[in-house]
Amino acid sequence: MRRLNWERVVSILLISPAAVAIAIFVYGFIGWTAYSSLTKWDKLLPDFTLVGLSNYRKLFANQRFQIDLRNTVVFTVIFLISCLIIGFVLALLLDQRIRGEGIFRSIYLFPMSISFIVTGVVWRWLLNPGSAELGSTGVNALFDMVGLGFLKTGWYTDPNIGIKAVAIAATWQMSGYTMAMYLAGLRAIPEELREAARVDGASEVQIVRHIILPLLQPITLSAVIVLGHISLKIYDLIVAMTGPGIGFATDVPAYYMWDTTFRGNHFARGAAVAIILLIMVAVLIVPYLVWSTRTEAEI
Amino acid sequence: MTTPTRELRRSTKSPIRWQRVVLYAVLVAFAIFYLMPVYVLVATGLKSFAEANLQRMWDLPKGLHFDSYVKAWFGSEAEGFRGLNVNFMNSVYLTVPATILSAMWGSINGYILSKWKFRGSDVLFPLLLFGMFIPYQSILIPLVQTLQKINIFGVKFYGSIPGLILAHVIYGIPITTLIFRNYYAGIPTELVEAARIDGANIFGIYRHVLFPLSVPGFVVVMIWQFTSIWNDFLFAATVTSNPATQPITVGLNNLAGSYIVEWNVQMAGALMTALPTLLVYIFLGRYFVRGLMAGSLKG
Repeated sequence: MRRLNWERVVSILLISPAAVAIAIFVYGFIGWTAYSSLTKWDKLLPDFTLVGLSNYRKLFANQRFQIDLRNTVVFTVIFLISCLIIGFVLALLLDQRIRGEGIFRSIYLFPMSISFIVTGVVWRWLLNPGSAELGSTGVNALFDMVGLGFLKTGWYTDPNIGIKAVAIAATWQMSGYTMAMYLAGLRAIPEELREAARVDGASEVQIVRHIILPLLQPITLSAVIVLGHISLKIYDLIVAMTGPGIGFATDVPAYYMWDTTFRGNHFARGAAVAIILLIMVAVLIVPYLVWSTRTEAEI
Repeated sequence: MTTPTRELRRSTKSPIRWQRVVLYAVLVAFAIFYLMPVYVLVATGLKSFAEANLQRMWDLPKGLHFDSYVKAWFGSEAEGFRGLNVNFMNSVYLTVPATILSAMWGSINGYILSKWKFRGSDVLFPLLLFGMFIPYQSILIPLVQTLQKINIFGVKFYGSIPGLILAHVIYGIPITTLIFRNYYAGIPTELVEAARIDGANIFGIYRHVLFPLSVPGFVVVMIWQFTSIWNDFLFAATVTSNPATQPITVGLNNLAGSYIVEWNVQMAGALMTALPTLLVYIFLGRYFVRGLMAGSLKG
């Protein structure tokens, strides 16, 4: 019993550096940012005079920030839906006893291992529309080559497309992730279940709709949350691919925060953007975190 | 008697064969979509400067020219831009120690949180995990302010590799702890009990039971940390402003953002940036996928 107590103390001593580091660098820093967002700090030198919520009020009236929020919604919807659909379709196809499955899987998943900066640099050239005088470039040139010239657009240079073009590159990078998640889920569904449904005369489409999709729902939820928080935070890809764009067509809150804080020295405003971003992510993540650690404890 | 059965077999077999053809065609089409940017990256990097024409992006290179790689690596004094060689080495000096440190720290945390649970550890764990989902914009301002003040034995932390190592090790705590905790939870408690009866204490159990079984856990964590630290842009761009200390993602972004650098040189630089993590993925992909799954909290 005495030895147990001695080891208890040591165990808590061993975990405490991590606990203290997170307490300071995550929670303390968030508090510091939240406090900064309530001040007048608008140049390099800190000025912690409190001004209440006025930075937030100004922000929501700010046209750039309104565009950013709209862009985030558009980006998130397109990115999520295309990742879920492509990932699910690829997983279903790969689950049909495919020869060379490993190779296909590796090809679909490899973009996950590279930096958003690399993706951004490459896709900036791929979705570079070219010009009327010099001719098409990138994907547009490819469309010309295969006779699909009518599909040519201005991509991210077209203000009506803007952020949607960035969502294409993001989907290219992240859809392999949903494929891997769904494939793992499909492999966990016992073959007897499908066999029984087939014996009962269910078609393959019915099996997918009424058996597979409901069973994969927890995976869809995880994927929505993981991809959703990535999409709210998307920053690197914008930097490397387009920047804020003409009329902020490809601007997002994460980019605005960095730009206004570290280029414009509007620290209080940047802090306010950061806190709004954090709240958006927290609304998504906290219930999920509580749910997944609690269900785990029950097992 | 034989003819009808053969007829029957053929009629059930031929639609299935057609389905297989369509199946493989779709899989190959997707593979082409994922590999398309790689083709452009590799083909462009190998073209001579005369050949690297945006309008002829999709043409095969006529020979093997390594000029683009040489220029991206060494830079060009005449044209006034720096090569990526310094940045590449900075990334190595950053990634290697940060990966090792955070793996070791995560292993200790995971050990305590799986085998030495205490009152409150079920609350501490989700609080730690929240740290891996936050948008880092919400801690950037305090991080910069703090790093500017840290100066240990004349080593400045702001604008330097040690500062970046510190940031990555601390913000790596949640994911490394999560992976190790789930990994150690899978090691039977009987093993720990047996070691206990043999007289091992909290350190002995770790050294003689857990640690020797940890190799796969370390591989997963180290691959994960290596990939995310190598690919990081946000911390790197915020903490290091001097080109001589910037990691490769920032170097590539500067190279690609400069109007004087030809696009084939940018492509060569992008391939250099992607190569280390891509090689890790190609050779250790299995472990990479495991880390990916852990990131969605489903160990």
